[in-house]
Amino acid sequence: MWADRLILLPVTILAAWAILLTLVDLYIPEDRKGITASLSALGLVLALLANWFGVRQPQTAFFGMAVADGFASFLNTIFLLSGLFGIAVAYDYLRRQNIARSEYYSLMLFSISGMMLMGMAADLIMVFIALELLSIPLYVMAGFHRDRLDSEEAALKYFLLGAFAGGFVVYGIALAYGASGSTRIAGILSAVQSGSASPVLLTIGAVLILVGLGFKVAAVPFHMWTPDVYQGAPSSVTAFMAVGAKAAGFAALLRVFLLAFPTLSDQLIPLLWALAALTMVVGNVIAIAQSNIKRLLAYSSIAHAGYILMATVTLGQNRLMTDAASAALFYLFAYLLTNFGAWAIVILLEQQEGKGLNLQDYAGLGKKQPALAAAMTVFMLSLTGVPPTMGFLGKFYLFRAVLEGGFIGLAVIGVLTSLVSAYYYLRVVIVMYMQEGEPLVNRDVLVRWTAALTAIAVVVLSLFATPLFQWASQATLYVAK
Amino acid sequence: MDLIFHPLTLVTFLPLVGVVILLFLREEQKNLIRWVALGVSLATFIVSLVVLAQFQASNPDLQLVIRRVWIQVAGWDIAYHLGVDGLSILLVLLTTFLTPIAILSTWTAVEERVKEFMIFFLLLEVGMVGVFLALDLFLFYIFWEFTLVPMYFLIGIWGGPRRMYAAIKFFLYTMAGSILMLLAILWLGIQRGTFSLPDLVAQDQIPANIQIWLFLAFAAAFAIKVPMWPLHSWLPDAHVEAPTAGSVILAGVLLKMGTYGFLRFNLALFPQAAVQLAPLMAVLAVIGILYGAAVSFPQKDVKKLVAYSSVSHLGFVMLGLFALNPQGIQGGILQMVNHGISTGALFLIVGMIYERRHTREMDAFGGLWKIMPVYGALTLIVALSSMGLPGLNGFVGEFTILLGAWEAGQASGSLGSYFYAGFAAIGVILAAIYMLTMFQKLFLGPLDKEENRQLKDLNWREIVTLVPLVILIFWIGLYPKPFFSLMAPAVDKLVANLSMSLAALP
Repeated sequence: MWADRLILLPVTILAAWAILLTLVDLYIPEDRKGITASLSALGLVLALLANWFGVRQPQTAFFGMAVADGFASFLNTIFLLSGLFGIAVAYDYLRRQNIARSEYYSLMLFSISGMMLMGMAADLIMVFIALELLSIPLYVMAGFHRDRLDSEEAALKYFLLGAFAGGFVVYGIALAYGASGSTRIAGILSAVQSGSASPVLLTIGAVLILVGLGFKVAAVPFHMWTPDVYQGAPSSVTAFMAVGAKAAGFAALLRVFLLAFPTLSDQLIPLLWALAALTMVVGNVIAIAQSNIKRLLAYSSIAHAGYILMATVTLGQNRLMTDAASAALFYLFAYLLTNFGAWAIVILLEQQEGKGLNLQDYAGLGKKQPALAAAMTVFMLSLTGVPPTMGFLGKFYLFRAVLEGGFIGLAVIGVLTSLVSAYYYLRVVIVMYMQEGEPLVNRDVLVRWTAALTAIAVVVLSLFATPLFQWASQATLYVAK
Repeated sequence: MDLIFHPLTLVTFLPLVGVVILLFLREEQKNLIRWVALGVSLATFIVSLVVLAQFQASNPDLQLVIRRVWIQVAGWDIAYHLGVDGLSILLVLLTTFLTPIAILSTWTAVEERVKEFMIFFLLLEVGMVGVFLALDLFLFYIFWEFTLVPMYFLIGIWGGPRRMYAAIKFFLYTMAGSILMLLAILWLGIQRGTFSLPDLVAQDQIPANIQIWLFLAFAAAFAIKVPMWPLHSWLPDAHVEAPTAGSVILAGVLLKMGTYGFLRFNLALFPQAAVQLAPLMAVLAVIGILYGAAVSFPQKDVKKLVAYSSVSHLGFVMLGLFALNPQGIQGGILQMVNHGISTGALFLIVGMIYERRHTREMDAFGGLWKIMPVYGALTLIVALSSMGLPGLNGFVGEFTILLGAWEAGQASGSLGSYFYAGFAAIGVILAAIYMLTMFQKLFLGPLDKEENRQLKDLNWREIVTLVPLVILIFWIGLYPKPFFSLMAPAVDKLVANLSMSLAALP
């Protein structure tokens, strides 16, 4: 039993810390709420340490409900780092927007523990619990701007569609259980291999789970909520959920599909192929028409979900699946850095009442704030996939897996949509450098540090990427016996 | 340490030192900024001369090779792999030679945001030199894409009225080609397990039907950059809107990256496909020659005329390369250098008159010879060189290319018809027509425009920017032997490889 608890230690630390923080916060005076933010950051750091120095050998816990392996450990790092960045971009922003309430940080920690559970879930029931644990705090956070209508709308929309998606997942799980007699990933696989599972029922179940998780990662055609929610939620929340919730969705998608349903590859690959292609095309094409930076980044985040989805078409090709999952993880890591950097700049330029969010508000940034503009340029190039940035390496790694699997058509769609994306990412650069203007920029120290740190990381890590590549390639999925 | 002080590393990354110094200067110190940029680019030129001194012309192989594993990703070794041979040495020298000249030309032309301008310019030099030296496909791709970013800013910030349109068009066009090349590079990596060009060449041939596809994917990137007809439409926009120094580098070096790409990668990696597709490439080249010349003629804007003439001249280069014989390829390489010098000089000349009159319409001038004799004389030399007058550099290059194309026109040659050389020769005549018309409109006739009477002749700085180019124009025109002997062994080796494929064809 102790071994089991040790495996879940990072999650346990974080969840317990979140509960304690809610209580401790009551005794922290109103004018010193910085302590709450620092304490929650400390909790994240402790969980990071537990994650890094914790379990080395991949193993399962609690009768195969949870698993600790390289894959989960890599994702945990992404979640915890996104928590740290999330606090850094939130602290000044929330106070500036007069919505500073310390529940924000506890909610965030709860959500992150959900995400971590998602990465470690080896049982479909666990997937569902983790999904709810990570989502419910996010619904609240999306509506944190209580006196703003669009924030309320975002929360409600996110909640309703999220609940709907949760329903799909549960129904899918039920069907999968009905088909195979097990909710355990390993159990489903062995039932399929022994021929006792009903393939039709299992396929329907898998498709329903795909729909539900498709909502979470914002894949087309389940992306409708994304632009409104991303725009309406406070920017610091959007930054956090664009990375965290997406990575969590992919964690479940990759683990469940690659491990439980490899035998359904004939039925599922065309679906996944179409889903990836559609997501890349729609996300990138609609982003062209956006003039609000939050909506632009929302569509960009949809498009990036499409790229990561490409990893799933390797379903059923054993050695390749490992490579593809590693590539997806690496891509998520690159996306973590780039995305938080870009949102940090957005937050720096956002004024009260949702002003300062139009593309035109960035005019003249290149002259007035050359460092910030340079950082934003780095992020835009990284999102496009131009070297020397992490975004380029991520695409490179991912396209390699796709090409190796023989999906040349999908790879061509991928690169062509990257070309389309260059158009709207470069528009941001154009406005910053080539138009005159007087941009209003906030002072927020932590946000500036986040932007600087991520910009440097996006370039420097891409030049010395070997350790990261190695780490990602060792972050394999563990198949429980 | 031998990694950092390796001559090729130095010649590639020395401009970065300038970038770092510039970061610490204040925007107001304009002259200091200019001197630092000029000094660093001159130092880079000197290092490239050191490379030349260590280069053995008689050796056909890659030299001064440096190779270190850089990034390891899931079974692939991506190497920091540089080297130089007869195919690339002249282009490296051309780059390091043109950069200080271009920087010198901005002395009074660029007054705003000087610091950023120089930073982008030096970054651009890093990318360009890297493209010519990289031997690892991945590294090559990084340099190749990286050149886009500074050039995009140079056009977009310091360009003309339609600069934003031109900048984004330039970026998207180029990227469209290069992403297809990226897929081909990935395919090679997956199938062959290495990105190293020498290793890939040493392996067995890729099956002919696949070679065609890979050839086309690489060609997409390079043909847009050259630009080959019908993919040239970004070029006039980019050239017209770019600041003078940007145009000089764009025409002088960036376009050569495309032709160099064909030479270095397409011919070496996919020889069978190159032999099979040579007639197609030659047809496009000849169309480019004639089309570029025909469109140059009616232009009213001098800069646009020079831009379209580039399409024509680069057509000659492509024709030479796809003659696939020693004369053709040697002529092609020399013509790359010639075009860099002549067209670079032409853009400088256009920039000088634009700085004085803020117009480039040919109708606004006339009779300038009377008040600007030095300017007129230098322009005449450059125009004559560009149209291929014997005794000047353009003649040597074009004549060699036509010889090569003629020889390739024999039944056993790669093109199999004399028409290519025949039609291309018409391009030489057309070049004379549009160049002389331009010269006549600007310099001859009566000095009848009031605004032009007060124009000052060139100052010392402007003369200094043009004279090195004019010296080279005469040097290559009168005594091209040293230039040919630098490249001949490497070209012979490449052709020997190609003719083996030619013989293998049914």
